[in-house]
Amino acid sequence: MSHPNGPSALQLIDVHKRFGVTPIIRGLNLDVKQGERHAIIGPNGAGKSTTFHLVSGRFPVTSGQVLLKGESINGLPPYLINRRGMSRSFQVTNIFPRLSVFENIRCGVLWSLGYKYSFWHLIERSRDARERSEAILEQINLTARRDVPAGVLSYAEQRALEIGITIAGGADVIMLDEPTAGMSRSETEHAVGLIRKVSEGKTLVIVEHDMSVVFDLADRISVLVYGQVIATDTPQRIRANAAVQEAYLGTPAAEADHA
Amino acid sequence: MNRHSYLLPWFVAAAVVLVLPYVFTSGAALTMMSLMGFAIIFALSFNMLLGQTGMLSFGHAVYYGLGGFMTAHALNVIAAGKWPIPLPVLPLVGGLTGLSFAILFGWVSTKRAGTAFSMISLGIGELVAACSLILRGFFGGEGGVSTSRTETLRLFGISFGPQIQVYYLIAAWCLLCMVAMYAFTRTPLGRMCNAVRDNPERAEFVGYSTQMVRFIAFCVAGFFAGVAGGLAAIHYEIVTASVVGAVPSGYVLLMAYIGGVAFFIGPIIGAVLMTLLQISLSDYTGAWQLYVGVMFVLVVMYAPWGLGGLVLMHGPLLSAGTFRRVLPAYALVALPSAMLFVGGVLLVETSHHLLVKATEGPAMQLLGVDYAANSPLVWIAIVVLLVVGGVLLKRLAPRVSEAFHAARQDALSKRIAA
Repeated sequence: MSHPNGPSALQLIDVHKRFGVTPIIRGLNLDVKQGERHAIIGPNGAGKSTTFHLVSGRFPVTSGQVLLKGESINGLPPYLINRRGMSRSFQVTNIFPRLSVFENIRCGVLWSLGYKYSFWHLIERSRDARERSEAILEQINLTARRDVPAGVLSYAEQRALEIGITIAGGADVIMLDEPTAGMSRSETEHAVGLIRKVSEGKTLVIVEHDMSVVFDLADRISVLVYGQVIATDTPQRIRANAAVQEAYLGTPAAEADHA
Repeated sequence: MNRHSYLLPWFVAAAVVLVLPYVFTSGAALTMMSLMGFAIIFALSFNMLLGQTGMLSFGHAVYYGLGGFMTAHALNVIAAGKWPIPLPVLPLVGGLTGLSFAILFGWVSTKRAGTAFSMISLGIGELVAACSLILRGFFGGEGGVSTSRTETLRLFGISFGPQIQVYYLIAAWCLLCMVAMYAFTRTPLGRMCNAVRDNPERAEFVGYSTQMVRFIAFCVAGFFAGVAGGLAAIHYEIVTASVVGAVPSGYVLLMAYIGGVAFFIGPIIGAVLMTLLQISLSDYTGAWQLYVGVMFVLVVMYAPWGLGGLVLMHGPLLSAGTFRRVLPAYALVALPSAMLFVGGVLLVETSHHLLVKATEGPAMQLLGVDYAANSPLVWIAIVVLLVVGGVLLKRLAPRVSEAFHAARQDALSKRIAA
């Protein structure tokens, strides 16, 4: 399902990003509607991860506008963007390795429950934080690993935890950067089920190389090539789009069969 | 286990603190225990930064020292004006001073993390140390600021003249601060301090400004350092410019690190041990600082979790009953370790005698044994002890780690089975 005329969750308007003199993002336009699952695909070096960094506040844009739910988030630091309801995961697993799995999730929960920088609440008495964290552990299937330091989890478990931290704060715009990278077939299938479940009723933006995941999950797909979106459409039409095939999919028939 | 069992360690700590003066009754012991009290607060406050938030400060004594100076000045003002303020609240003056300066300097230094933070803290430490030589009115110049703790309002006839009364004042503050600092680690902010230590980038993406987390942790640490400094001022009744300098800043780092920065109890162990060494060892040998330095290097190299970590890692073994399986291996390395220790002490003390006390001639005494420092026999013994002990220890050390890992593995599988 797509929402061509619905309100936008995330809009990028003529966004440019240069590192030194090297242009990485060159006039990028993107419109993600509220409630849709939107995949960004593109060849290596197209600027997919950079786009994530620009939207989440890790890098400032060189020029252009980034709107989250209609409001500009240009120049805001990551934590302020996160507080406005946008949460992202990372391509390279980015967790709190010495904290327990449960505590990793709880770190993602605390701000959204209004604890802020509190040093006048005792964490053990914060029932809402505990219950919410345990519910998320259940969702990502890590309840059995609750008290293990996150650093010793298996790779697939760490990827699940990565998603868990991302959704913990209840953000309504969720951005996942290659959530299934490096996973086996069965792990990937499991991860897709998890992503489908946790993005229910929310806006999902996902960067993914695995075309089967993309065509399985996405309501709409944007194709990013050399820092520009060359097409945004439904999976069927993207598959049939000649420009996309030429620029990215290479051997379209084989890829389409695979998907 | 009931729901208040977490209070048990604190009741034990309170009981220990209460009873200690009846066990160690000498004046020297009482003084030493008083020193330990504020050293513990100081070391724990330092570890709020290093162990909990991942901030290595080289200038933590600034807040300790300024807290001390302000407490001494406050005592003098109160005595002169006969203000009705009792002594036990005076450490609060130190704490608020530490807090104020932590807000001021922290605002600048916590904008950066990592090495940049450490360098800024070093710079601020040097800055304040330099000021202490210039602003003689506040820092008292070479003589420092003297005060008297007995001139304040007396409650219940307690004058705080006798050391035992000062001990209980310090002990009460120490307990209070320990409880408060432990509670801090169990708050949302305390948990986020750990998150910022582990992965500052991710902390930013779950809604937390790492700069704000570092800043608040820095302020709280400054407060407790100031309380420790205030208690020190009350204990010594004098504060000199050296307390804001690099030496106490380094000393608190040694205390926390030797004790173990990864555990709450680590800096407590470090503070107790270092105070003990400083006071008692300095009676026996002029080279005591060398021993402390060697210990620090050994801890950094072989026990990065500190002495507290060494003790605590045996916890699972003890509770699973596999501890006795490591004892044979420990017994095996006891002899070479003792040889190295004796050889090392002989080397240090004999060299120290020859180099520093050359005018006294070669005759010397170590642990009740008389010998000549320049006798070849002594030097042969040193070489034999060090070489044989070193070779044996190197050969046998793998067996210790094997035995330990086997015992830990057993303990783990027992726990999983249960």
